[in-house]
Amino acid sequence: MRAMVVDDSRAMRSLLRQILLHLGIDVVEAADGRAAVEMVEAGPVPDLALVDWHMPVMDGLELVVELRSHREWRHMMIMMVTTESEHENMVRALLAGANEYLIKPFTADAVVEKLGLLGLHCAAAPSGDSYGGGILP
Amino acid sequence: MTTATTEDFRFLQGFLHDRSAIVLGEDKQYLVESRLLPVLQRHGAESIADLVRALRRGDAAVETSVVDAMTTNETSWFRDAAPFEALRTYVIPELVASNVTRRRLAVWSAACSTGQELYSVAMLLDSEFSDVASWHLDLHGTDLSTAVVERARAGVFSPLEINRGLPAAHLVRYFNREGARFVISDSLRSRARFQTFNLARPWPQVQDYDIILLRNVLIYFDVDTKRHVLESARAHLRPGGFLLLGTAETPRGLVTGLRPVSVGATTVFRREES
Ligand SMILES: C[S@@+](CC[C@H](N)C(=O)[O-])C[C@H]1O[C@@H](n2cnc3c(N)ncnc32)[C@H](O)[C@@H]1O
Repeated sequence: MRAMVVDDSRAMRSLLRQILLHLGIDVVEAADGRAAVEMVEAGPVPDLALVDWHMPVMDGLELVVELRSHREWRHMMIMMVTTESEHENMVRALLAGANEYLIKPFTADAVVEKLGLLGLHCAAAPSGDSYGGGILP
Repeated sequence: MTTATTEDFRFLQGFLHDRSAIVLGEDKQYLVESRLLPVLQRHGAESIADLVRALRRGDAAVETSVVDAMTTNETSWFRDAAPFEALRTYVIPELVASNVTRRRLAVWSAACSTGQELYSVAMLLDSEFSDVASWHLDLHGTDLSTAVVERARAGVFSPLEINRGLPAAHLVRYFNREGARFVISDSLRSRARFQTFNLARPWPQVQDYDIILLRNVLIYFDVDTKRHVLESARAHLRPGGFLLLGTAETPRGLVTGLRPVSVGATTVFRREES
């Protein structure tokens, strides 16, 4: 399985990369929506896109709209991963075609559970300690 | 001084077992110390020895805080997925068919923690079983810890809790954001009732349930308590009702009259008709 992490924060990209690699998922990274579109056009098309909302050049919502305008990419699962949690905006992202929504901050367990909701089953669960684990920004 | 002497640890082990039936293993001294730290601060105690003295005196406020602190309340929405799939595909359809004339459905989350388990059932019923909406629904949640019962009743969750297994479609449909928190909709909250209840004590004969969720709590008990709790749960199920346990839990060898039914990736236990 191949995931594309789209976030303008290098630290966030590398956190998500670590979690996904741990689950046996290959990761490519893009720092804004435009770079992400170019990456998908160049192929291969990822199975999953993790998309931040607030980014320069092209934001996450615009990216979702763009990705969903290509029928040949429709099998791609899209999960928003963002601090944006206004009710209205979450609804907009889902209507635009995002499949899931993860609010920052999150734990590695939450990522695994969300991938389960998307029907993406992972190789291994990250080692988590139920007493507090690590909270990722 | 926040380390516990062996004698204090023994006392705490006994106190906790007496109040909750929870068995605190010998390797759990670190857990006692880390969890009691906030309790020390709240009650202005200087040391664990101070706290133990307050418990020996029978200080009720300290007792409640210590029990609350020592329970593990880890939970999530639609936890483990498979049991909720079993509810959706088999258990609830069976009960809808058998209860169609009574038009009642009673569900009990018997160690409900902060309410995610019961509210998950409420969302499942509301979103997938619209015919049941007009029935008399009893959605009951209980837990030993007063702190979690109050939180379940309030229905207010942090983003960290919201992230744990809640499908986004349910998040936008059943929750409102208030500041940095998410509040469950009145329509679900008003259908659920929450109370404190100690599973290890004798169970009052109140009413029978169609579904009892007894998940991820037996693991803390010794064999005698497990047997008492499972036997009581069986007795509080209507004939043909279902018991759902945690992934690592089984009634095998502890209670009779519950028939395992495997549904997808999980097993549910059905009370035999008597
Ligand atoms: C790990 S949580 C499980 C929550 C939920 N059932 C789930 O599976 O996600 C265990 C809960 O059992 C409760 N508990 C422990 N001992 C109990 C007892 N003797 N009677 C009732 N509840 C108890 C704890 O307070 C805690 O909230």
